[in-house]
Amino acid sequence: MYAQMVKSEGMKPREEMTPEEIAFQERIDRGEKIEPKEWMPEGYRKTLIRQIGQHAHSEIVGQLPEGNWITRAPTLERKAILLAKVQDEAGHGLYLYSAAETLGVSRDELLDALHAGKMKYSSIFNYPTLNWADIGAVGWLVDGAAIMNQVPLQRTSYGPYSRAMIRICKEESFHQRQGYDIMMKMAAGTPEQKEMAQDALNRFWYPALMMFGPSDKDSVHSAQSMAWKIKINTNDELRQKFVDQTVPQAHYLGLTIPDEGLAWNEEKGGWDFSEPDWSEFFAVIAGNGPCNTERLEARVTAWEDGAWFRDGLMAHAKKADARRAAARMAAE
Amino acid sequence: MGSAVNQAAFFEWLCRVGDNCLILGHRVSEWCGHSPVLEEDIALANQALDLIGQTQFWLGLAAEVEGKGRSADQLAYLRDAAAFRNVLLVERPNGDFGHTLMRQFLFDAWHIELLRALEKSSDARVAEIAAKAVKEVAYHLERSADLVIRLGDGTEESRARMQKALDTLYPYTGELFMADASDEAVVAAGIAPAPASLKAAWDATVSQVLAEATLTHPGETYQHKGGRKGVHSEHLGFILAEMQFLQRAYPGATW
Repeated sequence: MYAQMVKSEGMKPREEMTPEEIAFQERIDRGEKIEPKEWMPEGYRKTLIRQIGQHAHSEIVGQLPEGNWITRAPTLERKAILLAKVQDEAGHGLYLYSAAETLGVSRDELLDALHAGKMKYSSIFNYPTLNWADIGAVGWLVDGAAIMNQVPLQRTSYGPYSRAMIRICKEESFHQRQGYDIMMKMAAGTPEQKEMAQDALNRFWYPALMMFGPSDKDSVHSAQSMAWKIKINTNDELRQKFVDQTVPQAHYLGLTIPDEGLAWNEEKGGWDFSEPDWSEFFAVIAGNGPCNTERLEARVTAWEDGAWFRDGLMAHAKKADARRAAARMAAE
Repeated sequence: MGSAVNQAAFFEWLCRVGDNCLILGHRVSEWCGHSPVLEEDIALANQALDLIGQTQFWLGLAAEVEGKGRSADQLAYLRDAAAFRNVLLVERPNGDFGHTLMRQFLFDAWHIELLRALEKSSDARVAEIAAKAVKEVAYHLERSADLVIRLGDGTEESRARMQKALDTLYPYTGELFMADASDEAVVAAGIAPAPASLKAAWDATVSQVLAEATLTHPGETYQHKGGRKGVHSEHLGFILAEMQFLQRAYPGATW
């Protein structure tokens, strides 16, 4: 899930709602989509900006761990596939910033908040990509976990967000298959390649589980977001689904999930698994993950070093406008 | 006809065309996630992708012509610097974003003329690759020329940066138009145009774009050379050390 611990505005009991708020909730309950110019509670708008913004930031920061291997991709085909994937991620960022803009916040404002550390991106991108199999693991596990969350979000109540998700999900499922394809090659390769594959799974397993956010019992903001259909499933439901999908895929690869507590539970028809170390999750969210500093610094540097470029284009656009205006005047 | 040409000369020429795409694609891909604005991240990734795709075709054909059972990947990942045939221009470091754009523009303005001529190649395989690549490169040129104009005629700072990039890179453009015996052999076989024959059209594009960008044409300057013969700058060794790492560290593995 690319949006974690999104703070939702306080939930109101129905008897405290205004007639407008009741009508709004009823539209959502009927499954209607809310469109940009329509009335919406301020809390709905703010929560969505946080969630979509965090998702957009995750896409662009997510370019960095994968971009880390573009220049070292082992074949021309792998290089092309990885470039196309990272380009897709940047494109997802673009749709999502556009969706957020329909709620009255500009992309520049969202980026300023990211650069100032006031908005987050997914904790997963604060982990490093250390060997080539990590690029496989990112596709398989990270995109796999993202899809778990994003597929239901195609039905989210906010129209532009829902439509962005529909486009994004198509590409993400492709990325997941590409990631798994790398894992298959690595797991069936030389002993060193197999070791890289297992190492990647060892390092990415728990961070991937953390992507769904803390356990439902500790997740304070879920109820309102679920009532608004901004969030469709609980964190624990999605995490369980992800584990159930991923365990057989790991077995097929001949890799071992790094969890001694992993066991099939006949009764629930799913896998029992160990909780991630939530103290690590909160440390990463607080800025103390292995790559937080580099990731944010890379984005801030890109933005600051690019200021002259953006200013130059704006200045040219103004000059060109002035020249057109002058030409019109002369013609009249 | 292609079959009449000296195959060693044809191979040499294909490596020159393919290595330009490979090394420039590598340089452009270094920007991924670090460019000044999201749209540029997308555009650069797309352009790098086009160039890597073209590399696969050119080096694939080079491997076929060579006939020693090597693949495009083996040519890309298992040759050392002295066997690379790209021009020095494409291995120049990225520098600031203006530098990267200027390098791209100077290259694109040449690349498009080359590909247009290659569409009429006597070798059907060459003509076919060129016909596909020319569409991509027409867009590369449209974009790089447009940005050079906007930034040249932008702020004082953007103009100064673009002028500096131009002055630094222009001395690496002459190599694009030089010829040796291998070129003469493929020209004689009707496979490729004489490098010098592309100069007038390139000059016209460059002069027009620089004028519109309010930049000062550097005029006649000293021209560096060597890449086409395998004598590179110090930069190429590092590009290859990075690019070839996995293939070198784990020989024989499949990926």
